[in-house]
Amino acid sequence: MESVCDVIQLDKILEKYQYDPGSIIAILQDTQEVYHYLPRCVFPYYSSKLGISEAQIFSIATFYENFSLEPKGKYVIKVCDGTACHVRKSMAILEQLRSELGLSPSKKTTDDLLFTVETVSCLGACGLAPTLTVNDKVMGMMSPDKVKELLTGLKEGTIDA
Amino acid sequence: MLKSREDLQNLRALYKARLDRQKVKILICAGTACVANGSLKLYDTFMKLIKEKGINCVVDLEHEPEGDPIGVKKSGCHGFCEMGPLVRIEPKGYLYVKVKPEDCEEILEASVVGDTCVERLTYHKGNESHKHQESIPFYKLQKRVVLEHCGQIDATSIGEYIAKDGYTALEKALFDMTPEEVLREVEISNLRGRGGGGFPTARKWSQVKRQKAKDKYIVCNGDEGDPGAFMDRSVMESDPHKMLEGMILAAYVCGAKQGYIYVRAEYPLAVKRLGIAIEQARELGILGDHILGTDLCFDIKISRGAGAFVCGEGSALTASIAGKRGMPRVKPPRTVEHGLYNSPTVLNNVETYANVPAIVLNGGQWFRSIGPENSPGTKAFALTGNIVNTGLIEVAMGTTLREIIYDIGGGMREGAEFKAVQIGGPSGGCLTKEHLDLPLDFDNLKKVGAMIGSGGLVVMDEHTCMVEVARFFMSFTQNESCGKCVPCREGTKRMLEILERIVAGNGQPGDVELLEELAETISATALCGLGKSAALPVLSTIKYFRDEYEAHINDKVCPTKNCQKLRKIYIDPALCKGCSKCARNCPAGAITGQIKSPFVIDSAKCVKCGACVSACAFHAVKED
Repeated sequence: MESVCDVIQLDKILEKYQYDPGSIIAILQDTQEVYHYLPRCVFPYYSSKLGISEAQIFSIATFYENFSLEPKGKYVIKVCDGTACHVRKSMAILEQLRSELGLSPSKKTTDDLLFTVETVSCLGACGLAPTLTVNDKVMGMMSPDKVKELLTGLKEGTIDA
Repeated sequence: MLKSREDLQNLRALYKARLDRQKVKILICAGTACVANGSLKLYDTFMKLIKEKGINCVVDLEHEPEGDPIGVKKSGCHGFCEMGPLVRIEPKGYLYVKVKPEDCEEILEASVVGDTCVERLTYHKGNESHKHQESIPFYKLQKRVVLEHCGQIDATSIGEYIAKDGYTALEKALFDMTPEEVLREVEISNLRGRGGGGFPTARKWSQVKRQKAKDKYIVCNGDEGDPGAFMDRSVMESDPHKMLEGMILAAYVCGAKQGYIYVRAEYPLAVKRLGIAIEQARELGILGDHILGTDLCFDIKISRGAGAFVCGEGSALTASIAGKRGMPRVKPPRTVEHGLYNSPTVLNNVETYANVPAIVLNGGQWFRSIGPENSPGTKAFALTGNIVNTGLIEVAMGTTLREIIYDIGGGMREGAEFKAVQIGGPSGGCLTKEHLDLPLDFDNLKKVGAMIGSGGLVVMDEHTCMVEVARFFMSFTQNESCGKCVPCREGTKRMLEILERIVAGNGQPGDVELLEELAETISATALCGLGKSAALPVLSTIKYFRDEYEAHINDKVCPTKNCQKLRKIYIDPALCKGCSKCARNCPAGAITGQIKSPFVIDSAKCVKCGACVSACAFHAVKED
């Protein structure tokens, strides 16, 4: 586990924020951009470099929903469950994704680390409801049938995200 | 670098002249919704075609054009997201909807090289076609102040903003007015906070202004977390400089040196465009030390949220900017006294700041002339749900719900009947048929138990189950509760449990009363606005749709047939051919029977998933 962390990379992030403990949220966001999650080893490292306790960093990482302590898939699919998407039946899309990929509310990532399926409160693209994002790319007017096409397209590389 | 008023005026004249020289402009909507619908491909196609055909053209304002150039621009959100991607041709004002890359050539030939309109790409309603944006009912009835530039200018160009009289209000304030005079205009305008609460902006500013503290902060709340709301996103993406100008004016009034914009991480495009805007403003000396050569020093940083709805609350937001867990604290002291880094802080929402430049420029009286006396001005709404025209609208305060839904929104989808509109997201309430003629403003909505909130309007038709809607909002609030105070942490959980059992068909007599009691307690005792208003959607659905709750609890029936657990599925023996397909598709093994004779569903085992309904080729599996 420890070997995951590339100290040079982490130092670069810390330098960008001038080792400011007040920028811890931005530091963790940048870290997550590199690893797609927060590896365990970043906690003791940042703690020693920023002079704040590991518990404090951990408390922030667990408070904000965007941080993940577990590795995520290559394609992170976020199904919007905002009000507008909800009334246009977004849950059926989520169910379809989960059943296609063998996932559940507690198991969010496939074993081959290819797909992660999550929900998001609102993407602000309500005009296209129901929507989902694949690695932050918004796809609108989804339907359970289009989900199958999307997954196949991603696997075969015909849809880029 | 602009060092004086003359510098800015000269630059504006230069940009205006350049903009005027562009005889034809192609404005391609590059808002989130249109990008998702492929608008960037349109941009590439237009650029490619223009090059191939050798048409003289400029892409942006940076290059001095010659001859009769054509501008191709990525504009901000036009608002009519339902019809995206949108392309507007200036100055003829043609608006093309649902444009595809293969349409680009025809548009170029007809409307850019030639002078005609491509009829088939215009907006059609019934037998009418609308060539011009202005004649489309969706736009005709709107009053755009905050969104005036959205879809009209290139969001990534400070030059265009300046050419369209941007930063004129700042110029007027810095060189012709004292901070007190600017504040006075805002006070006269009676601008009220657009984030939901409706607190008078001038009062907030004067409370910060009169404090002696060395450091003061101007913070913009762009943490638009309400599901179903995207007005602030559109302003940040489409016209970021308007908001920056408002913040600089606030800094001038209050004597602040540093500003922060807190933006949701879910809005990457807004973060990017704001970053570009801030950089451009710094380069021109509109942000930074000695703005336009005056004594005003002010800079702005962007702080990205990390996915916590509660951070829209003032004290949680400032905690989050400071790198802490975003949890609200007990108030007082309030944000105006102890805000960011314990210093006096002005915290306003995106739309509020975006209103300020026009007020300073045109005067407070002008603003007051729009809308009703106690809630003047306009309000942007995100119109979504089961409605024909979804999108972003801005109307004068006091416009009625009927005008918004039927005239601007084009009525309900698929001819369904209007049932309710949820206003103000998870902190708001619902409005029903009886409120269709209620003028929408802060005070009127409060009276009927709803609130304007940030401005999300989710329209629901007769097929929507209101108990399920209440459950949905409660599950959202419960999930987003930060857990600091007991009433919200535990109370919302209990309320959610009750709602879940009602929609599952296990509701008990007295559940509605229990919900009401819990709602009252939470509202009275929760620490922050999120908790205090958490129960509002439940209370307002009980108030207007009590019969639906009672049908779920007493008769175990969902009147709109939405609640899966309350579905009653049976096989019509007259239609069943006994093929066994339903039994093979049933995940619960609830269907049994002999081949070639009618099958039956064991309702005790049935999980009401409906797999048999869609599997049957003879429509023999029916729902009550």
